[in-house]
Parts: sequence; C-alpha cells; structure tokens
Amino acid sequence: MTSLNINPNLADPDRCYTAIIDAHRGLKDDDSSELNARLVLILANHVGDREVLDEAIALARTGLAPITLPSEG
Amino acid sequence: MAAFENKSLYQYEYQRSPDQDAKVPVRHPVVVIGAGPIGLAVAIDLAQRDVPVVLLDDNSRIGEGSRAICFSKRALEVCDKLGVAERMVEKGVTWQVGKVFLEDDEVYTFDLLPEPGHKQPAFINLQQYYVEAYLVDRVLELPRAEVRWLNKVSTVEHLEDGARITVDTPDGPYQMDTDWLIACDGANSDIRAMMGLDFSGKVFQDRFLIADVKMNAGFPSERWFWFEPPFHKGWSALLHKQPDDIWRIDLQLGPDADADEETKPENVIPRLKKMLGDDVEFDLEWVSLYTFQCKRMDEFMQGRVVFAGDAAHQVSPFGARGANSGFEDAQNLAWKLEAIIKGRTGADLMQSYRFERELAADDNIGHSTRATDFISPKSTIARTFRNATLNLAQRAPFAQSMVNSGRLSTPSIYLNSPLHIPDNTVYEGTAQLGAAAVDAPLQTSEGTATWLLDELGPGFTAIAVANGDVPDEVHGIDLHVIGHDLLDSEGLFAQRYDARPGSVYLFRPDQYLCARFRSFDAGAIKIACEHAMKSA
Repeated sequence: MTSLNINPNLADPDRCYTAIIDAHRGLKDDDSSELNARLVLILANHVGDREVLDEAIALARTGLAPITLPSEG
Repeated sequence: MAAFENKSLYQYEYQRSPDQDAKVPVRHPVVVIGAGPIGLAVAIDLAQRDVPVVLLDDNSRIGEGSRAICFSKRALEVCDKLGVAERMVEKGVTWQVGKVFLEDDEVYTFDLLPEPGHKQPAFINLQQYYVEAYLVDRVLELPRAEVRWLNKVSTVEHLEDGARITVDTPDGPYQMDTDWLIACDGANSDIRAMMGLDFSGKVFQDRFLIADVKMNAGFPSERWFWFEPPFHKGWSALLHKQPDDIWRIDLQLGPDADADEETKPENVIPRLKKMLGDDVEFDLEWVSLYTFQCKRMDEFMQGRVVFAGDAAHQVSPFGARGANSGFEDAQNLAWKLEAIIKGRTGADLMQSYRFERELAADDNIGHSTRATDFISPKSTIARTFRNATLNLAQRAPFAQSMVNSGRLSTPSIYLNSPLHIPDNTVYEGTAQLGAAAVDAPLQTSEGTATWLLDELGPGFTAIAVANGDVPDEVHGIDLHVIGHDLLDSEGLFAQRYDARPGSVYLFRPDQYLCARFRSFDAGAIKIACEHAMKSA
C-alpha cells in the first residue's frame, strides 16, 4: 500500500517549481486555470492510486475554509 | 405540457370486474398498480409463475410520447423470459457506437463492442410505447393475469399481512384487498404520496428539452453527444436514432428555461433547425421539458406495499438507468413473491428485495449524478475541469475514460447479499458471484444450438461440469451437466465462468449467480438453495 510521499522527491526542486510557473507565462487567467486543471488530471492519472490522490487532496485542502453554499434543493 | 396533441397509439377497453359487485372486498394474492413497463413486467413474471395477479391502470391507452428509448442487454434478457424480447429486438435499432464532440471537434468514439456469444445485443433503441404494447399483448395471453384499465387507486390502507385499496372506475368506486400491493406507478407515484412516504435526493437546476423528431436523415445509428456544440453554444446536445425514422434529441437549456414557452413548436423548431440544418425536413413527434432529478425512497417496502421502478427511484436519463433498472426490480421481486405466496418461505424473503434493489438504486443514482454533474458543471472550476478533460481526451486515452456523457446501464452486482454463499476460492472469468448470469452459447447433447440463459429455468438451476461421475439430482433444482445434456463446444462457458471438471454454479430464479463450488456436492447445493430462499 503506497502512501503520499511528502518528503523531497525531485532532484532539482527550484527548476521544477520554475517550470510550473513558466508554463503559465503569457496565459490569460482562464487559460491558466485550464492549464492547472489539465496538469492535475494528467498527474492524477500518472499517480494511478486513489488513496494517494485522496491524501494529496486532503493535504492541499488543509487550511482552506469553505464558504457556505446555498442549498442545492 | 406540449402545445400539440400527443398521439395515442394503442387503446384498451375498460371492463367491469365482478369484484365491483362483491359485498365484501375480494382478496387477491397480488395487485400491481401501473401498467407501464415495470408493472407489466411484474404482472407477466408472476402470471407465468402461476401466481394470480391483478394489474390496475388509471388510463386506457399507450402512446404518450416516447420517453424511455434505450434498452440494455440485461433488460432484453429479462424481457426474453417475459416473451417479448424477440419483438423488441426485431423492431428496435441495434447500436453500439457512440461519438462525443466538443464544439466542432470529435473528441473520441466509443464502441460498446459487444462480446460475441450472447443471445441479446448490447443495446437497442425502441420507443417505450412499443415495449408497453408488446408487454400488454403478452399479459393478455396469460390466464393468471387480469388487467383492469381506467381503475384508479384513491386510498390505500395497511391490513394485517396485506393492504386494502379503494379503486375509482367509470362505474364508481370499489374496494379490494391484497396480500401484496406492488406500486409501479412511476416517478410521481400516487401510492407513495397517499402513504405520505418520503422521496428525496438531488434536483439538478438545469432543464433539458427532449424532442422526438421524424425525419429522413443520413445520420448513422450511433449515439452522438455534443459538449458546447456550435449550434447550441455553451450547452450540451444528444442525438440518437429510434425505429420509424424517429430521432431523439436532448438539448440542455439551463436553469431559467420556461416549460410552456420552450415546448411550443414555434420555439422548438428553430432550435432544431439550427442543429439539423435548414434543409432537413422534420416533423415533431413529441416534446417535453425535464428537470433532472436523482431521488429514491428510504425504504422500497412498507408493510405489504412494495415499490418498484421510478416509483421507488428516479434517475436522470443519461445512462439509460430508469426503465432498465426497473425491469431488474421486477425480476428481483417476482420469484420472491412466488416463493412466499406458494408457502415455500416466509414473507421476510422480501427484505432481500430491499437490500438488493436499494443497493442497485444507489449505484444507479451515483452513476446518473456523476454523469449529470459532468454534463452540467455546477461551478466555474467544475466547468474548467470538465473542459480540460474533454480537451485532453483528444490526445490522451486516460482522459477519454473520464469523459462522462452517461455511463450506460449495466446490471448491478448484489455485493454481500444475504442470499449468497461467499466464494471459498478464487474464480477468474467475467462471471461474478452476486451478478446476473453472463450468457454463453451452448449446444444440447443432440447438437442443437442453445444459450446458457435459455437453459436457466423459472426456479433454481445448477449448471455442473462433468468430471466422469454423473452428479446426483438435487430435489427442487433443475440440474444441467455440461458434458452430458449440454455441450460447451466453443469453450466460452468454461472461459467466462472459470469452469473446470467438477465445478458447479447455482443460479437463482432471476438468473443471478448465488453460489459456486469446485466440486459437486448435492448437500452443499441444497444448503445454498435454502440459504437463497431464507428470510433476511
């Protein structure tokens, strides 16, 4: 059973971080948002493990408080 | 709702019943409410099982629009036992290819690629009124079934081990008692409302225009689904073929659509012209505006009142899970009622109907909700992810598997059903414990072609594989032995069931696999059979 690796796993973290930021260069906010969504989907598929994905979602969501949504009826 | 006349294709006659003149209410073993596909299926199945059944309907005609059009392989297998599948397949449009478009581009094509060696096709499209008409023809052939048109139930009350109903007719009201009342009276079930039972779930805000048009068009027999098509910007659309040159068109209209306005021909026709092109001539057959809902009752049974089909659970149409799952309800409850009414087991067996079909309803509602959320995203970010998926699907196969324009109906698997004996070893193959039998071509010992599903009788059936000895008969169970009275020349039964010499498979009367063993033991089969008839 694999679990989410939250320890350093990239040989060159600075350049990887820059690569992600650079990927958004010149994009409108909408397209940036689309790029992020595509990346999440591509990487989720590559991870290929629902448990790891769930852990990643939980970690990412930490500290983000939901607003109260109107009832969907 | 529509501003033009719906056609009534089939008309039936009200006839006065002797029950209407009885001094005290006549008591029946089973009364079924609603002569839609599910009520008819329940009535036919019971009558074929020699259980007397009275079927009531508040109307006397069929043909109020097309409604359900897409019938699954499993529904056809159920209907084959009811004696109508041949007519359905002959009249229906068999299809297997679906295409998904984003704006102008084809995102991908799927082929249901039905596995060869099954009696029934993967899907057919057929107007619901044809299915109902075939079922009515069939039920009228059965001496054990009685259909009463223009009989509208106005009150229901619980009796000790039964129910009493008041029925309004053109000749005035009368009362009837029944050991079991089966409510198949649709999503707006009057019976459910009269009993004050909850029907809750998710209502989707978006509204969809559903139209059947008659046209001679060159589109193939495929399911075409558009996300944000150029002819209907920002929304979705579906095109699907039915017999008689009728095409089903679904157009998503968003939450503010006005039902009366949108279903007026002068508003529908321009929308369709935009989709089909100005030069395509078509006639409107039927138009309706839907708000999709995924709802179910908390409990599919109250006392001796049992709910089946849309009366018990409602799903949005993408995925064809309404009528198809209703047929599975009908099939699940008919053999159980037979066993109870004939005194072979106690009324508690019907608790397993709740267990199995409530599980199935949750499964179908889950599929239907996820498809509707994908088709009609609820937030900006949900739309972004949806469109990202569609975009990636053109280049990356993984994203195609995420595109959800409706996951087409497959029968539910009754995981952990109290009626089944858990496997004591691992089985390969597509057949699963708790799932409907996977069909396979077989031959009789004389060499005549047959199908596994045709060999499964109205009761429990064991299919054993010969290993030299001829197995003992098991009392009350149909036994077939592959290698003796049946042959598996193509080896597909062996492959699909991971069958080896000595293996034995026990099927319930509704063709669900409820136990399997690696060696034949008449005692173990008898116990498994008793277990499957056991009260919950």
